[in-house]
This record gives sequence, C-alpha cells and structure tokens, in this order.
Amino acid sequence: MSQSYDRGLIEDFGRWQEFSAGMWAWIFHKFTGWVLIGYLFTHIAVLSTATVDGATYTQTLQSLESLLVVRVLEVGLLAVAVFHILNGVRLLFVDLGVGLEAQDKAFYAALIVSAAITVASIPTFLMGAF
Amino acid sequence: MADYYSSFEPKGTRWLLQRITAAFLVVVLAYHFMLLHFVNHAYEITFAGTQARMSQVGYFITMVLFLIAGTFHGVNGVYNALVNQGLNGTQKTAVKWLLVVAGVMLIVQGIRVAIAMTNLI
Repeated sequence: MSQSYDRGLIEDFGRWQEFSAGMWAWIFHKFTGWVLIGYLFTHIAVLSTATVDGATYTQTLQSLESLLVVRVLEVGLLAVAVFHILNGVRLLFVDLGVGLEAQDKAFYAALIVSAAITVASIPTFLMGAF
Repeated sequence: MADYYSSFEPKGTRWLLQRITAAFLVVVLAYHFMLLHFVNHAYEITFAGTQARMSQVGYFITMVLFLIAGTFHGVNGVYNALVNQGLNGTQKTAVKWLLVVAGVMLIVQGIRVAIAMTNLI
C-alpha cells in the first residue's frame, strides 16, 4: 500500500540541512547510479581494444592500471558500486514491504558497511601501484 | 517511521524489469568485482587470462546477461530520473529514443567485444 506523504522538493538542494535519511538515500542512489551507467559505457569502450588484437588489449589495460589516478578512481568506483548494491537491496525490501520500520537504520548500515568494505579494499586496489 | 517511501508506483513491465535486473545485478556485480579485483588482480590482466575466462560458455553467458541487465537497469534508471525531474512532451520522447539507441548500441558493441575475447568462434 502506497502512502502519500509530503517531504517537499528534494530538488531544492538548499534545504539539505532539513533532509531526512530517506532523502539522502535517494540522492546517493541517484548519484551512484549516474556514475555506474557512465562507467559502463567507458568500460565497454576500453574493453573494445580486444576487437583490435590481444596485445593492444593487454597493453591498454596494463598502461591504465599503471596510473595511480586510475587506481584511486577504481577505489571510488568500488565505493559507489557497494553503496548502490547495499542501498539497492534495502530498496528491494522496501518495495516488498519488508522491514519498513528499519529503513532509516538500513540506510545508515549501508553507508557504514560501504565505507568499511571500501577502506578494507584500498590495499588490494593500490597493490603494485607505487 | 513506517511510511512507505518508495518513489515508484508498482506498475508496468519496466517497473518490474528494473527490480528483476536489480536482484540479478546485486549478485553478479559483486561477483565481478570479487573475481577481477580480489581473486585476479586488475593490474595483472592479460588478454590470455581474459580469453581463458570468457571461453567458458557459462561465464560467457553470465557476462552477456550482465551486460544486458546492467544496460537496461542503467538506461531505464536514467530515464526514470529524468522523468522524475519533470521531463515531458517532445523532449521526453526524444530522450527516450536517444536512450534506447544508446542502450542497444552498447549491448551490440559489448557482445562484439565479448565474442572477440573468446576462442569459441
């Protein structure tokens, strides 16, 4: 059952101090979604070097991976992906009407777990970059 | 706080597909990151390694489904976001077809790339 409720304009970002957990979740989900679809197009473009030949593909990927900025951006991508996944699971539960009372806490949990996974992954992502 | 916050009304094929692809992507995106950053390391990737993985039929099919699901979910998500921002009329129609064309092109190119990575054909 949908229950209508006026939270005001989320697009009016000047009100950010009044935003509730759900509004932040909405903003972060939109932002991470834009990043992920943008990345998907870029990813396929880079992998398209495989249509040239194997050596070009290997050289392109290894050259990119040798750049520190790429490694740092990959950590950012992981953070974005993990949050989108965890908050997405939360949204699926909301759509199913399960655990509605805990949706704010679930958003905070998604943030904390995303941060923990991201920080724990930094050594692996930066391995051999220096 | 038992208010129902979902911004989507449960209706239509796109609504359902967005959620089905979401459930699939949760699993496969996590697997993709695990396999290509933690089991194998991105900086060690070579064409030979990619070809060995992509030449397994099950893996190949999973990756192609991943591409199709990811493209649909992302492009449909962008469309939903723009409609939510108030896009309407001719602009809405133009954006819809632009996104459809971009999505189809991404899938076609992605499958071309996936095939080039295999020794299946």
